[in-house]
Amino acid sequence: MMASFSQFRLKGLVFLAIVIFALPLFITNPFHYGLATQIALIAGAVVGLNLLVGFAGQISLGHAGFFGMGAYFSALMTSNYGWSAIPALVVGAVGVAIIAWAVGRPILRLKGHYLSMATLAVGFIIAIILNNEREITGGPDGMPVPPFDVFGWELSPFGQYSLFGMEISGDLAWYLFAGVVLLVAVWLAQNLIDSPIGRALRSVHGSEVAASVVGVNTAKYKSLVFVISAVYASVMGALYGHFQGFITPSVASFDFSILLITMVVLGGMGSTIGVIIGAVVLEVLPQVLADFQEMEMVMFGLILMLTMIFMPKGLLPTLTGYLNKRRARSAGGDA
Amino acid sequence: MTALVEINNLSKAFGGVHAVEDVSFSVDAGQVYSVIGPNGAGKTTLFNLITGLYTPTSGEVKLNGESTARLQPNQLAERGMCRTFQQMQICMNMTAIENVMLGRHLTLKSNLFTTLFRLPALTRGEKAAREKAAELMEFVGCGEYLDTDASAMSYGALKRLEIARALAAEPKVVLLDEPAAGLNAVETAALEELIRKIAEQGITVMLVEHDMKLVMGISDRLLVLNYGRVLAEGTPEQIRANPDVIAAYLGG
Repeated sequence: MMASFSQFRLKGLVFLAIVIFALPLFITNPFHYGLATQIALIAGAVVGLNLLVGFAGQISLGHAGFFGMGAYFSALMTSNYGWSAIPALVVGAVGVAIIAWAVGRPILRLKGHYLSMATLAVGFIIAIILNNEREITGGPDGMPVPPFDVFGWELSPFGQYSLFGMEISGDLAWYLFAGVVLLVAVWLAQNLIDSPIGRALRSVHGSEVAASVVGVNTAKYKSLVFVISAVYASVMGALYGHFQGFITPSVASFDFSILLITMVVLGGMGSTIGVIIGAVVLEVLPQVLADFQEMEMVMFGLILMLTMIFMPKGLLPTLTGYLNKRRARSAGGDA
Repeated sequence: MTALVEINNLSKAFGGVHAVEDVSFSVDAGQVYSVIGPNGAGKTTLFNLITGLYTPTSGEVKLNGESTARLQPNQLAERGMCRTFQQMQICMNMTAIENVMLGRHLTLKSNLFTTLFRLPALTRGEKAAREKAAELMEFVGCGEYLDTDASAMSYGALKRLEIARALAAEPKVVLLDEPAAGLNAVETAALEELIRKIAEQGITVMLVEHDMKLVMGISDRLLVLNYGRVLAEGTPEQIRANPDVIAAYLGG
């Protein structure tokens, strides 16, 4: 029994690894690689947001702000100041952590709708700054981002690379890189959840009073998880910018914040693999529905509505719950 | 010897309602101390004041001789005070044993680095915490639920689980708010046995309870509240013989 949760974690991670590395066997089209890479990077940010929303029970309607900050910081440092991508990414993440802590400390005293409003405002402020500081950010027109580089070695979707003696395209290389980043993001998140810190975070969701009477400093843990999820967003934002090669303030927009939170809710709050499925569905669905043209948004909305009505816990928890129930029933039948 | 918990002229008013008024008493280490009184007498309010969930209007609470004014509940837990609730506070998003392991929070020193990379120091601590938690669940009598989701457990089992969580924090004093509420006669007898065993370990127990048989059987001293005021204080024999108590509460 000891290993139950650990085994479960490992299963999720292995499953994810298999899916990520098997996917190139089925897709060859650069467009599909591009989409998959984009999904992996956004999913990484969603895994971080899920720590805040799904596990600690707090909300952020401005998380794209942190994603955008990471993206713009890396873009500015690498293109205007000649920084290498990794130092830019790390310094950006530290900066975002400090900002998230300073902002989170006061606003996380709020609960429910009030917290939603405060985080919404944080996101808006960041988006407004990115839109208006034309001389630095290029304003609504956006700005180009140099390719990601490691010790002078550049990773560009248009390059050609060799990996273990195999010739691979830049698209595939980026996809594999993003997949590994996502795996690491999931691994770190799962380690965090299954630990004393993780229990303290979850207890803030489960019962704040219970948490405090056994000695959990709930304010501290709320700030901590807010910072961690902001850092996730910042790192993924930075990589996203390098991958796209061009960013606009839409990466920090309200719409994108809502998309991130919808991925968490749809996939299943508190399920790390579930929220990744949420990200995949919400990114792939518009592509699939593109054939419906004007009806696209109507179909999209309808699918979301029906999912939330019939699967209120989210896709993965509802499905695993259903399977467990069936298994329990058949086990009961045998006995 | 100073009392472990000392209450001096404690009052709490909600608007014009004096829920607790001018209450003073002290609890020595190792005692089982019960607070009784009719519904609305202010028992739970008193517990909330003692454990820092409410701020008193006036008066003070001392824990081990130190005033607890302005200390948050988590700081009181650090000083050895833990409690359960009448309206159970269980984290339904966790398994049973995780709830108890949450009680080990203060004894588990962990930093973000060892946590994120799941270094051996963390897994060792977790293993020990899990063993301790399993032991405590066995001790309170819900050992069969280890990895059950808390949301799938029965009311009686959750009540025990909450006690296990409080004990996991290794408190000097544990406050139990109506632990027997909703339990049947058999479960209440088991609870009485459990409270005795807790007291035998040298943990001071403070109890709010309605079940007179339970209270009279296990308490070293009792406090009777009525309309927020102290009606009587003393040993079970003294309380039983007190005419005011008989009139107000025992329905003489």
